[in-house]
Amino acid sequence: MSAPASPARRHFLAISLTAAGALLIAPRLRAAPTPNVPPELLGEDLTALGPFLRIERGNRIVIGAPACEVGQGVFTELPMLIAAELDVDWTQVRVVQLPYGYVASDGDGAATLYGNQGPGAVDAAAQRHLREAGATARWLLLQAAAQEWNLPLEQLRTQAGQVLAPDGRSLGYGALVRSAAALTPPAQVPLRDTAAGTLVGHPTRTADAREIVTGARRFGLDSYGADAVVAVLARCPWIGGTLTHFDDAAARKVAGVVEVVELPASTDVVLAPSVAVLATHSWAALQGRQALKLDWQAPAGPLESSAALAASAQAALDAGSGGNIVRSDGDAASLRKRPARHRIEARYELPFLAHAPMEPLNALIELKQDAARLVAAVQDPDAASRLIARLTGLPRGDIAIELPRGGGSFGRRLDNDAVAEAVLLAKTVGKPVKLMWTRSDDLQHDRYRPYGMHRLAASLDDHKRITAWTHHCAATVLDAAKPNAGLLEADAFPAGHVAHLEQVFHPLTTRQPLVGGPWLAAFRAFPVECFIDELAVVSRQDAVKLRLAMLEDPKAPAVTGGVANARLAHVLRECAARIDWGKSRDDGHGLGIACHAVAGGCFAHAFEISVDKGQLQIHRAVCVADIGRVINPLNAEQQVAGACLDGVAATLQQAITLKDGRVQQHSLTDYPLLRMGLSPRTTQVQIIDSSADPIDPAWALASAGAALANAVYAATTVRVRKLPLLPELMRML
Amino acid sequence: MPRPTDPAASPPTPPAATPRPPAPLPITINGKFYDHDGDPAMPLLWFLRDRLRLTGTKYGCDGGECGACSVLVDDKLVRACTLPMAAASGHRVTTIEGLAGDDLHPLQQAWIESDAIQCGYCQSGQILAAVDLLRRKPRPGEDDLAAIANLCRCGSQPQLRRAIARAAAILRGERK
Repeated sequence: MSAPASPARRHFLAISLTAAGALLIAPRLRAAPTPNVPPELLGEDLTALGPFLRIERGNRIVIGAPACEVGQGVFTELPMLIAAELDVDWTQVRVVQLPYGYVASDGDGAATLYGNQGPGAVDAAAQRHLREAGATARWLLLQAAAQEWNLPLEQLRTQAGQVLAPDGRSLGYGALVRSAAALTPPAQVPLRDTAAGTLVGHPTRTADAREIVTGARRFGLDSYGADAVVAVLARCPWIGGTLTHFDDAAARKVAGVVEVVELPASTDVVLAPSVAVLATHSWAALQGRQALKLDWQAPAGPLESSAALAASAQAALDAGSGGNIVRSDGDAASLRKRPARHRIEARYELPFLAHAPMEPLNALIELKQDAARLVAAVQDPDAASRLIARLTGLPRGDIAIELPRGGGSFGRRLDNDAVAEAVLLAKTVGKPVKLMWTRSDDLQHDRYRPYGMHRLAASLDDHKRITAWTHHCAATVLDAAKPNAGLLEADAFPAGHVAHLEQVFHPLTTRQPLVGGPWLAAFRAFPVECFIDELAVVSRQDAVKLRLAMLEDPKAPAVTGGVANARLAHVLRECAARIDWGKSRDDGHGLGIACHAVAGGCFAHAFEISVDKGQLQIHRAVCVADIGRVINPLNAEQQVAGACLDGVAATLQQAITLKDGRVQQHSLTDYPLLRMGLSPRTTQVQIIDSSADPIDPAWALASAGAALANAVYAATTVRVRKLPLLPELMRML
Repeated sequence: MPRPTDPAASPPTPPAATPRPPAPLPITINGKFYDHDGDPAMPLLWFLRDRLRLTGTKYGCDGGECGACSVLVDDKLVRACTLPMAAASGHRVTTIEGLAGDDLHPLQQAWIESDAIQCGYCQSGQILAAVDLLRRKPRPGEDDLAAIANLCRCGSQPQLRRAIARAAAILRGERK
């Protein structure tokens, strides 16, 4: 493959190479290291070849990882792209984390010294940019060898960190780098055909695995500033509540407590008013917070509760009128009243969900008169940089952001609320601050996956075909600007496959902050994919064949939800084959299956489970994912399995509930994360070969919950329509 | 920061029956001797992290639920967040940083080879839970695996199962 570089990227890359790539520049960087270049890329024994990599004389390659690693595998995957274009052996490579590389914006807001370092860092365009960096360095090395040997560049090739001449001569990259760095790269450097490489597309282990298993790798909370005080906040438990009075006398007596300060609510960055306890170490801060006497005032008006939300949802769905029409095909309303061979209706209820990353939020901030330094696993460092500039008035070029590893995110570290709190505290107390959230803080003050209830109704004719389908969804509004509030997709399956179809959204209000992302896919897919299963059961037909008949109906549109039906049908078939769908069983185990297309990808899940003496056991899980081009199949497999298990954990056990206006969950007993006993005994992942643009594998959780609930029905004949499933199943058994 | 003392010169002091707050609390961590002179109620977790900067032991919850802070105390699996220094004193603590000898422990090696990492935050606790499991059950069955109470939010359980099976076979001498 050889494609020209895009003008914007070329412009960016050229600037970077001029700034950090040429030899003349390197001494200047050494003399005055900028906070934007990590020490691993500087030092005496180096020749810089661009912002991402350094090649040492001994042929060791240091490659910078541009994006913040929070478990999505970017610390390994993105450097792999550079290494593959550079054509080096992965065992030669040492990966270092790059800090946020602010450059004065040239109109392209996402561009940093290191390209896209935010949530888009894995997008196709960002990947291309990294490949161009590696390809440019390789071209420079080839050119340097061509000059050395006085041979045309076209006659030379590279292999595992060496340039090879046709006559058998070879030179290691390390020997060429000094002359290479003095060259000017052409405007367009061809990219290598990745299929020819030995790295991209080949299973590659986590680059910092050894540091992880020896406890050496630093996560956000493992950062200690020289004089930083540890801060723990007591936040108002009500959204919109106020602090009426607090007594910090006892807190100040705790040995190690340095200061107690009030942090008022701020409308844009910090949601809750709070009182901060700052101490010389974590335990003192925690003890100090415990010793605070706090009087919070709830907001005026009725206080939210999950019971009231459910009642509102029921009422909206009972009314049979009102709501926003999201889609209306044919005449579903009247057809539903007419006689049909089968006509069923069901309601599904899905709770608020929390992100609950294993490592609660934290941020270390050092503010000086003319500079700031943040150490935090922020997934959107550009937004964090803007936020700090806004809160401090500092120019963005004087704000350094280091990106330690983050203990999970699931979208939580896209928000910078902890950063804002830390900055405001550091401003108030005039000291570096290490802010630490506790688990209770994390569950109580999250942005949640919306709550909602779905009412689905459908009719089937004598040929067991679905003739009418209505889907009413009453849910807390994520995006008020849209009639579907971002929650009921007009083009998602089975829309377009049923002649008479109606989708109506009924907005519910909540004070809770909400987020979207891959969890919304499960919110939409769960009721639809469970209901299809119910229809198959009622009409005594195979649940896979029912779906395939719809997806492969020549009269249906070829594309649903932005994805070709043939792709969705393919993942479903593969999944059914791998779980031995058609095989008759006599062991009391139940099989369940579901599929979903979303965000340009498509997924199918199947489970084999049993429920014995009140114990649910998942014997097998199968996940089939069509997620576009894959850089590291090992990571893709883990991400898809992880997303599946995320779906399992949430479906079985997790719910955020409200009472008297407050979130009721404080701990991992209240909000259980997955443990080994509930994980599948075997998990099989199949990634479909694809050359399409890459898709975040987190979307692969979409159909896991429905497949699991369908398996529970198959094993028990109990249809659980309210999540979390386990307590409901135990009640119904 | 407390300094480790020379083990040969200073043998461990036996724990006092009722530790008095002002008296330093001796503790052995990864073969080195330390004294804790702060709050005897402070959990071992914060002594390891804030005082010794042994940050491989992680904070993840407010009371023994997640297992991210798992350590071995006299070779038994303990959650460092629920163990006050007064109770830890006089005992021998192994953290993830102290697990490897000259070579990595077979479980650490198995974790790398099975790529049981993902976000990585729970893994030091998972490894120590597995060390404890395989010490008690060299051939763990499904019930034994199910009894591992350490949580993983990323869903790395498929890799954890592979890593434990691999290490168990190596420790039993059935594979290299």
